[in-house]
Amino acid sequence: MEPARGMDFQVVVLAGGFSKSLVPLVSKEVPKALLPVANRPVLSYVLNLLEQNNVTDLIVVVEGETAALSASSWISKTYIDRLHVEVAAVPEDVGTAGALRAIDHRLTAKDILVVSGDLVCDVPPGAVAAAHRRHDAVVTALLCSAPVSGPSDSGSSGAKDKAKKPGRYNIIALDPTKQFLLHIAAGAEVEKDIRVQKSILRAVSQMEIRSDLMDAHMYAFKRSVLQDVLNQKETFQSLRRDVLPYLVRSQLRSELMSNGVQSDENGNSKDAMQNSKILPSQLLANESTPSFHELYALGPDGSASITRKTHKCCVYIANKSNYCARLNSIQAFSDINRDVVGVANHLSGYSFSAQNNIIHPSAVLGSKTTVGPQCVLGDGSQMGDKCSVKKSVIGRHCRIGSNVKVVSSVIMDHVTIGDGCSIQGSVICSNVQLQERVILKDCQVGAGFVVTAGSEYKAESLAKKERP
Amino acid sequence: MDPRRMPRTITDPKIRQVGFFAPVAPPDVSMLGPPRPTTPSSPVSGNSLSPVMIPPPRHLSSDNVLLSPHIAVDSFLPVGSYNASEFSSSTATEDFSEDNFSKDSGWVLNENSGKAAVKPNTHAASGLTPAVSNEGPPMELQKQQPPASSMPKKEQTTKAERRALQDAQRTAKAAANAGGSKKSISASAVVNSANANTKKVAKAPPQKKDSSSVAASEKRGGDRQTDKDRKKDAPHPRMQFDDEDRVEKAKKRSVVKQTESRNRVELFRHLPQYEHGTRILDLESHFFQLDTVHPAIYTVGLRFLTGDISGGNARCIAMLRAFQESIEDYSTPAEKELTRDLPTKINGYVSFLIQCRPLSISMGNAISFLKPKIPELSSTMSESEAKASLLSDIDRFINEKIILAEKVIVRLAVTKIRDGDVLLTHGSSSVVEMIFLCAQELGKQFRVVIVDSRPKLEGRMLLRRLVGKGISCTYTHLNAISYIMHEVTRVFLGASSVLSNGTVYSRVGTASVAMVAHQFRVPVLVCCESYKFHKRVQLDSICFNELGDPDAIARVSGKEDINYLNDWASSQNLQLLNLTYDATPSDYISMIITEYGMIPPTSVPVIVQEYGGEHLLI
Repeated sequence: MEPARGMDFQVVVLAGGFSKSLVPLVSKEVPKALLPVANRPVLSYVLNLLEQNNVTDLIVVVEGETAALSASSWISKTYIDRLHVEVAAVPEDVGTAGALRAIDHRLTAKDILVVSGDLVCDVPPGAVAAAHRRHDAVVTALLCSAPVSGPSDSGSSGAKDKAKKPGRYNIIALDPTKQFLLHIAAGAEVEKDIRVQKSILRAVSQMEIRSDLMDAHMYAFKRSVLQDVLNQKETFQSLRRDVLPYLVRSQLRSELMSNGVQSDENGNSKDAMQNSKILPSQLLANESTPSFHELYALGPDGSASITRKTHKCCVYIANKSNYCARLNSIQAFSDINRDVVGVANHLSGYSFSAQNNIIHPSAVLGSKTTVGPQCVLGDGSQMGDKCSVKKSVIGRHCRIGSNVKVVSSVIMDHVTIGDGCSIQGSVICSNVQLQERVILKDCQVGAGFVVTAGSEYKAESLAKKERP
Repeated sequence: MDPRRMPRTITDPKIRQVGFFAPVAPPDVSMLGPPRPTTPSSPVSGNSLSPVMIPPPRHLSSDNVLLSPHIAVDSFLPVGSYNASEFSSSTATEDFSEDNFSKDSGWVLNENSGKAAVKPNTHAASGLTPAVSNEGPPMELQKQQPPASSMPKKEQTTKAERRALQDAQRTAKAAANAGGSKKSISASAVVNSANANTKKVAKAPPQKKDSSSVAASEKRGGDRQTDKDRKKDAPHPRMQFDDEDRVEKAKKRSVVKQTESRNRVELFRHLPQYEHGTRILDLESHFFQLDTVHPAIYTVGLRFLTGDISGGNARCIAMLRAFQESIEDYSTPAEKELTRDLPTKINGYVSFLIQCRPLSISMGNAISFLKPKIPELSSTMSESEAKASLLSDIDRFINEKIILAEKVIVRLAVTKIRDGDVLLTHGSSSVVEMIFLCAQELGKQFRVVIVDSRPKLEGRMLLRRLVGKGISCTYTHLNAISYIMHEVTRVFLGASSVLSNGTVYSRVGTASVAMVAHQFRVPVLVCCESYKFHKRVQLDSICFNELGDPDAIARVSGKEDINYLNDWASSQNLQLLNLTYDATPSDYISMIITEYGMIPPTSVPVIVQEYGGEHLLI
């Protein structure tokens, strides 16, 4: 039995495809999964995390054939002999739920762990799985504390204005023990008020509504339930927007009874068929600490005559010390790049020098060029004289002229930067050419773009026109 | 025997009201041989004619007339004693370690000292009856015991002895530095003074002398050797957690990383106590790494650790069900035999569960029921047949030992409830709950008082269920026990275990309830399935107990304003003690209701001997 199946868990990584929100960073050649974070594709963070946790057998789902091809070639090149990865291509724009629907036939284990491919975190996935098993839940979601001070905490002054906007995080209601999910809504969708179900509130009697938590898109699902929901509700597109809220909403009037495995005593319902075994399971239920689901199922008078069907939706709240972020926007992209070489540098997998930066031995620095802390300089990159790099990531084989300032920026591979440029808070994709004395502030420059000499841009997105 | 026994004679009429009758039990259950400890009798072990074994008196006083109103029919019966050989030869794996036993006997001996000295060789097996000469401290006796079983002997070197030895070594060294010739004399002189008493009574065993003159390190090495041997034999579940050496080794073995909590109470250092929160975190995050543990076992272990499953029967059933699942999924690896490979798997699971939470005695009994079943499987059986046989064995155990036993207990106990009774219970016991429900169904008119205690407040769930069934209840906390006891006519208690000296080992607080009830002359009925009986003898709640999460008593949920102890761990002067169990002395218990009938606590050894052990295995 392969280790990942030892616990009867299957791991599915949803790597997405060509994400519109990340234009112009993504392109046909660089799908979202392969966007470099500290010079490593973002997908590698999830895969490394799973590998560290002894999960070696997984399914990676990529939207779009070309994206799947490039992802699969990268994975097989990097993780050969280490991970056993199946890459599945699904049509574009099917959504996360659709993606799972498409690989339905491959899901065989008792529970499925669904991880978003753009997750950069150090929360052990086992913890989510364990919480899931502990309560025998139908779904368990990983919640992590939303970045409180906003992405501007390390002084990337340029990003400040954007970051000051109220975060698009979730409104989440929990029970007093902080183990069960009672309500979830995306923060952006909430306008003035949220509607909470009375029945749930009555059953729990106390509810804690929080807005400082973020859904990290790591879910453990009970496979049979997930497949049921996906098959019955064909309109469901997204796990986050449709499936999870549906399961949470219906937790006290469970409709998932088609196969009879989801009752609140899932483990014992099989036994319950044999009459002689009802008693032990009842005894077990009586002596174990009941959750509000069980109390509700028993009815107000505590008699088991009218058993209401319930299922449990659990949460695992990551410790505050854990790092957890999703690469789902351009802002997040620069934040994660900054954090991975900064506050969360244990994730990067590099060993930092005494100056707290990484300069590849093959990189060439001109005279009087300084590379500050929390910087990465990829192999084969050359820098001219009197340059200054602060809190930035510079990719491989870049050629940077003299007198260039790079602050809080991400520069991908094979970028040519002319003399006297100043780059602040920007993202510059591969093969971009910046001619002399370009000044960029909070800009994104798409792959292959050429910025003419002496131009100055602020908070703009520069990309080649899509050829029809 | 001791003063606490005194009121018993007075309360006896009350017990009569309740009545001892034992439809299933053998006729001699209620007959007690009067304790006549003065006769150093032959050990009881193996003597099948004398099933009754009662604990010996602590004091060899002549007041045994006061005892038992029952007529001593079997006066020829040998008196039970703290029989070393009997206990140490036990097969059950979860038996207590020898060190403890010797400690126990040490205490008893202490009280016994002052009796005439007997030649030790003849009576060593019967443990305490041979007494020491007056000036001999109690521990000296252990030295006199001939090495009947060599392993425990080495363990029995007490601290005082070792220190004496060390001193001897030190002085010897010093002497050697001064002048070689003096060395042996001075060393032996010190040893002599240390072991003076020993020599007076009997000559010290030869190896004792050797070890004293040889270097101490060598002796240590020998000790370690026996330690290793012992560990090979059976990993000891009852580890002494104040023994740093062993704790270190256990840590290396363990799957789950455990951080020992600081600020442990001095008296309870020998019990395991870990930082609760970090253990859960660690266990959770290693979900995918623990691939040697079956998922069902893992889930059960996690739920033990988090406290989702508590209560003796529930834990036992949950564990057995998890074993069933793991056996179902088991397939014999190539070139291995099921009868050899499966036990090691099960052992691994058991040690995993122990790491999650120490096993209760009932679970230990269940495991020692299950384990011998595996080698018994005949080799001609196919794998599926063998698995089916094991599964049905477990099913049978659950059904007969837990479910049916509870039904019988309920049937018996219900006869003790009369109209107008006020019944008191403590905590939440599954059997007691069933008794109440059954009495309700029979149309008896009664009221229930549920006494609860922090931090678990298990009684609330019981209260909820009973009130839901329409039983009129009173809910109070343990603090009010002396007030509420006035109106109570019967006390029904559950038990985690019943030990062979009649001690009831149960949820902490039970002893206080029983004591108060006894003081108020209210009969105390303990309901306990016989699979929870154990032949161990326990006199206090210190030697074996379980420490709960200290934070649980420091924190009051829902009352943030009174949580003064939030950072208690940082204070050096503060230790919190959250005991899980306590031992109720048999004096406070009027009757124990088992599936074999209603018996006085003194008859527990009968059940243990006649129906326990291999008979437990159905």
